[in-house]
Amino acid sequence: MSKKAKRKQKKSRRDALKTLVKSSLLLFVPLDVPNDPKLAEELKENLGGYDPTKHLWGMGIQIERCIGCGRCAWACKTENKVPKEPFFFRTWVERYIVHRDGEITVDSPEGGIHGFQPITTERHILRSFFVPKLCNHCENPPCVQVCPVGATFRTPDGVILVDEEYCIGCRYCIQACPYGARYLHPEKRVADKCTFCYHRIVKGLAPACVEVCPTQARIFGDLKGRASPLVRFMRMNKINVLKPYLNTEPKVYYANLDMAVK
Amino acid sequence: MASFGKGIPDQIKRLSVVVILVLAAFFIGRMLLIPRDFGRYDHFRASALFDVASQEVEFAGQDICTECHDDISSQKANGYHQGLSCETCHGPAAKHTESPDEVTPFKPSGREYCPICHAYLASRPTGFPMIIVESHNPMKACTVCHNPHDPKPPQIPRGCEACHAEIARTKAVSHHVYIPCTRCHQTPEEHKVNPRTYRPDKPKTREFCGACHAEGSTEAPEAIKIDISTHGGRYVCWQCHYPHLPEAR
Repeated sequence: MSKKAKRKQKKSRRDALKTLVKSSLLLFVPLDVPNDPKLAEELKENLGGYDPTKHLWGMGIQIERCIGCGRCAWACKTENKVPKEPFFFRTWVERYIVHRDGEITVDSPEGGIHGFQPITTERHILRSFFVPKLCNHCENPPCVQVCPVGATFRTPDGVILVDEEYCIGCRYCIQACPYGARYLHPEKRVADKCTFCYHRIVKGLAPACVEVCPTQARIFGDLKGRASPLVRFMRMNKINVLKPYLNTEPKVYYANLDMAVK
Repeated sequence: MASFGKGIPDQIKRLSVVVILVLAAFFIGRMLLIPRDFGRYDHFRASALFDVASQEVEFAGQDICTECHDDISSQKANGYHQGLSCETCHGPAAKHTESPDEVTPFKPSGREYCPICHAYLASRPTGFPMIIVESHNPMKACTVCHNPHDPKPPQIPRGCEACHAEIARTKAVSHHVYIPCTRCHQTPEEHKVNPRTYRPDKPKTREFCGACHAEGSTEAPEAIKIDISTHGGRYVCWQCHYPHLPEAR
């Protein structure tokens, strides 16, 4: 046998490299499930005809319209049966008071559900306003990252939900949320949070807080949509999100956000 | 078959049995512990999504109210409460839409409910209609004078203080107490009926305040006099001073 033929019988280095390159292409085979049309169809069927792959939900908040009536927090508790105790909230309203000396005080008695008492301080006040808060439904959610069991997740339409049957109640997500939007449900012993009223979205209804807001301070809509109140809100206002430096990419957008708001 | 594993040492064979058993235990355990539908769409249990989506609705939404109560809807559509959803005041009404005769929605009465929005709070935005509950027609229920579905004032307000009570009270303790609002704010009469469409204006020149406050002016001898040609640069007076309470710091 010639030397050349012997080399052919063995695997050459070139062959090995070829095989390596070819097999590494497997890494790029898309495994993203919602792109599978069959699964997307099944998902739509299970949600009563609502197709989550066609939407991306977000909320706009016009701070200068909020009157601090707390109807949003009340409606949220009613709609979602949030525990009555005055420290469990999926959404709440904060009152900011910026004093002449630069000090900032924030209060949110019972989340604003029963309104706010008049300011009685003798100190000089520069400005004061209300800020509604809720889960920001981040595109880059720290709560989903830290969940050890995969019980908190992002839906195809961008809503962050909790699987209350699968949650082990470890509170990692509550710690990880930079916006304080989660709490441990006292009876179910699982993490609980705003769902953007997902059960209403799938039926074509607005979230309860948006439904009852008397001044339209909250605007709910589809970020993938072309013409909607939310798209107009995004076009006409200077927009900010809470804690942008954390790179969480929230989908709750605030117009005229004061720098005092944390 | 006899030649299979001929060259493999015994200890490796035994070890591989252990490895296979451990792996099998791992995969069987994994299969039992992880729900079947986990990861079907993404890294979550598929039925969790359907569980959340199947939650019961409490607030029926404005549109369904209109189907029966179109008279009230059309009354509301042109008033100040046009942006208000029925359930903001009447509470969750999904059960009422299912059995309208058995379940009656909440109907606010007395003086407790309307002030949730309309009681004076300094943090509320400028221009939002607010009252001091204690002094605004005490003891009378709101609905005696105001129709909540078209809540305009019962008669055209005579004075500014009917709506701008907080400014009126502030001015009452200031040096400007005797200056009528209309001296500084040119106000079209229609403002009393359509306040958002017809707006009052504000003084546009420094000379306006200078009528009393310029050096050498003879009007209001007790007023502080300054040289308006140098004081304040290119700003109009009210851009620094608050005219409803000029003493304010």
